[in-house]
Amino acid sequence: MHGRPRKPPTPEEEKAYDAKAAKLRSLQTQFLHFHHNQIYTKEALEVCAKLVESNPEYITAWNYRKLAVEHIVSSHSESDLESDPDCIKSIFKEELRVTERALAKNYKSYGAWYHRKWVLRKGHSSIDRELQLLQVFLKQDTRNFHAWNYRRFVAALKNRSDEEELQFTTDMINDNFSNYSAWHNRSVLLSHLLEKKVDGYFPKEKVLTEENDLVHQALFTDPDDQSGWFYHHWLLDQIVKIKTPLLVYTWPPHGSNLEVWVDGCLDVEGVNSSTITIESSMHDTNKDLVWKPLSTNNSGRAQAWVTHLSFLEEKLHFSQANPIKVTMGHSEGIKAVSDMISWGDKKFHSYEARPMESSQINFSNPLKNSDDNDLMAYKWNAETVANEISLFRELLSETDCKIGKLTLARLLTALDAMILYNKTSDSNEVVHFEEVLELYSDLMKVDPPHSQFYKDEYSLVLLQQLTSTPESLLRHCYHYRDSSPSSINSYICLRLCNLSLSRIGSIEQLLWIQMLDLSHNHLHSVEGLEAMQLLSCLNLSNNKIGSFSALEPLKLLKSLKALNISYNEFGAHSVDTRRYSCSSPLNHTVGADWNFGDWNPIDGIDFTNCWEAFSIFKDLKLTQLEIIGNVIAEENFKLFLVKVMPSLKWLDGVELQ
Amino acid sequence: MKEDLYLSLQPDTLPSFRHLIGSSEPLSTAGALTPLRSEANSSSDFINGYRMGEELEAEKHVNYILSVEKKKDDFESVVMEHIRINGAYWGLTTLDLLGKIGVVDSEEVVSWILKCQHESGGFGGNIGHDPHVLYTLSAIQILALFDKINVLDIDKVSNYIVGLQNEDGSFSGDMWGEVDTRFSYIAICSLALLHCLDKINVEKAVKYIVSCKNLDGGFGCTPGAESHAGQIFCCVAALAITGSLHQIDKDLLGWWLCERQVKSGGLNGRPEKLPDVCYSWWVLSSLTMIDRVHWIDKEKLVKYILDCQDKEKGGISDRPDDAVDVFHTYFGVAGLSLLEYPGLKAIDPAYALPVDVVNRIFFGR
Ligand SMILES: [Zn+2]
Repeated sequence: MHGRPRKPPTPEEEKAYDAKAAKLRSLQTQFLHFHHNQIYTKEALEVCAKLVESNPEYITAWNYRKLAVEHIVSSHSESDLESDPDCIKSIFKEELRVTERALAKNYKSYGAWYHRKWVLRKGHSSIDRELQLLQVFLKQDTRNFHAWNYRRFVAALKNRSDEEELQFTTDMINDNFSNYSAWHNRSVLLSHLLEKKVDGYFPKEKVLTEENDLVHQALFTDPDDQSGWFYHHWLLDQIVKIKTPLLVYTWPPHGSNLEVWVDGCLDVEGVNSSTITIESSMHDTNKDLVWKPLSTNNSGRAQAWVTHLSFLEEKLHFSQANPIKVTMGHSEGIKAVSDMISWGDKKFHSYEARPMESSQINFSNPLKNSDDNDLMAYKWNAETVANEISLFRELLSETDCKIGKLTLARLLTALDAMILYNKTSDSNEVVHFEEVLELYSDLMKVDPPHSQFYKDEYSLVLLQQLTSTPESLLRHCYHYRDSSPSSINSYICLRLCNLSLSRIGSIEQLLWIQMLDLSHNHLHSVEGLEAMQLLSCLNLSNNKIGSFSALEPLKLLKSLKALNISYNEFGAHSVDTRRYSCSSPLNHTVGADWNFGDWNPIDGIDFTNCWEAFSIFKDLKLTQLEIIGNVIAEENFKLFLVKVMPSLKWLDGVELQ
Repeated sequence: MKEDLYLSLQPDTLPSFRHLIGSSEPLSTAGALTPLRSEANSSSDFINGYRMGEELEAEKHVNYILSVEKKKDDFESVVMEHIRINGAYWGLTTLDLLGKIGVVDSEEVVSWILKCQHESGGFGGNIGHDPHVLYTLSAIQILALFDKINVLDIDKVSNYIVGLQNEDGSFSGDMWGEVDTRFSYIAICSLALLHCLDKINVEKAVKYIVSCKNLDGGFGCTPGAESHAGQIFCCVAALAITGSLHQIDKDLLGWWLCERQVKSGGLNGRPEKLPDVCYSWWVLSSLTMIDRVHWIDKEKLVKYILDCQDKEKGGISDRPDDAVDVFHTYFGVAGLSLLEYPGLKAIDPAYALPVDVVNRIFFGR
């Protein structure tokens, strides 16, 4: 029931309702009788017609009509059809009439629209009227998605071209800019036309410019109407997107480093294409791979090495994993973290104090563009984005529009990415981090309901800025020395504490990090950390992580030994937002044989309720864990942890025997 | 004046409310005057939202649902007759979330459910109605609530659903061939609850759903169809259940979904549409599954849902002061459950059943 006022009915209304109910009840009873006894007489069909006209969502009645049609058509003999060729047509015509009357009652009825499609598919009816009929329905409600779906069905049936349908969306949009349905259909049609490079829709640059002009009119007419903005966002995406074969959610992403590490071990040398073989169906194996050491001190030795793979576009499969198999000829012994890590400030020494070691920090440069064709496209893209930027600056000078601000922030970020990707050594880069950060801070204030969305974006930009130059990164690098006399451990620790980070990004710049301190932020997810394969010590204390399933990425960190998750929100939430992102029987990413094995129950621990913890910790080989300060961290749970992780030596600072 | 509102709270209907207050800041702070929104950087403190004078009329909603179950002859019940099994699922799940499913005679419900089963194995919306996956899922969910899935002939039910998968991976709703991603979700959810997901071609089913993904990150009912929050729930949940959430551009979809929140705090289902309580469920569950639920203002949404209650007779409506119905009562309460409103059982965002029911099915020994 939608949009019906809440007020007690007047006695007259009540009477009318009762009469209607009695009438409907009687129709239903009669109808079910006909249906169950397969009675398809004229009278029966009329009862059924009355029923669907007063209650168009009565699916069984539509089914009955289909059965009746099939029954009547099959009962006509060949000779009947010869003497009266129109009789079949009239049967279907009647069905169309019934659906029209039902739709007049409720134009959102799934059953009625589908019945009409079913009739038309039989091929005995003219489809010429359908577009006219649709005009009527779309006039009634220009956003009726049933009518739009039906229009796509009719267009396909009539073989209407994408261009004709695109013109229809233009007409609808010119009628009223605030029509998201029309913009949506336009994006579908236009992407077909661009993809097929249909005459008039090539080159892409020309089309995108025209589309930008069209959507600008909508945005400038009413900046607070969302309809055009999502279309604009899609257009922008077409312009700034580097034609990467791998999408954002794959790892490693396109253009990133394929990284080879040796578990917890010291420097290695001699990594090259003959000592490491890479098997993959999609990269150009003819090219000799050049390996570069990460964390280098020019000795040709490093703990991590990277190489760039060139992918053959035609061999990539988009929606599936593209596996790469790396085989190493030789690896050194494993060195484990042997002493308890203390995250106290005293252990950290400002990195600048020891300049002679700064060469240990590797600053990996982003991939640079060298393709000439790409550079041509880049020029147009950069110009377009620059134009858009000035246009939206202008809009924002006139009106305080939140999506306008968000768009400007995105445009500036896109321009920065383009500059960084394409910059030549002598170009003076202009980066807009400060302005973008300011825009997001401002958005948090003007649009408080979505402040966490902007805050996530803010965090990503902040991390981009922080990792954009070696100098800015070095400011957060510290030297960790532990006090134990027997120890020779000394680590470089990246400390990103107290930055109000709600999200982690720019991991590609941090692949070499072994020790990472993210404490005192607002993180609720650690997605992305799995790429930091050298990580052995991680401090996540004083964040907002609410469930163990959120720690699933850590399962991929084979060197992780010390983990601090104290003072988070484990056990404080009834809803787990990572429930379906981690492997479990719930999402069928593990087999039906998945269970808690032979664990004997511990008093007070219900395994059904802590399967997430079990599933995460059984795969971690931690020697040290801090979990104090969480709702869940009571004694029983600690006993459980000790049982699940036999490798554990210290729990909450206490040495286990 | 606001202080009185604390006293009006009934501890037996909202057992953990006190606990929540106790575990956070002390009651004595001037909570009633605290602005509804907490600062962006401070922790989102739900209690402020609840202190504005709204509370869930749990008891009244229970009574409302029980009264609807009993009514059979008024106009609304007659109009809903063909989907009575859906109505039963909405009502019973709401009762379970409110901790009151015990008042229902489970034997009676189960025997009625079995009478709705068709010889093909599928279920009708009521006794004597044609089978359809829409009603089959409700039947399975209701039996799950009572831990009675074992009364089913699992092979028979699952074969009915399996038989509706098409060559392209999509699902028809019944023998008449209407195709829609809603039916993909229903098929996948039903079969998973029956531990029979391996009987269909999951890969193709996922591929079809992905083919309905739009350029705004959302999903439509067939390829090229406009994104719609209800449809997005179906597709995201189907991808969640099949371990395929990586097919979703979470940031793009998350932004579209969080922009469904309008000034009143309510959520709409498509851009430039009116808010409606039922979208509290469709949008919230989708945002929860893709881990972007923090992108909306939960307090404002809680307030919007509570504003849609009929505080006299119970029940929740689509918008404030509209007529209530079981459908919106369920979606309102389920939404509040996802918002971690105190005193409610947690609901699973993909299977649309209480978490303890889902855990019993998948982790029970
Ligand atoms: Zn609604």
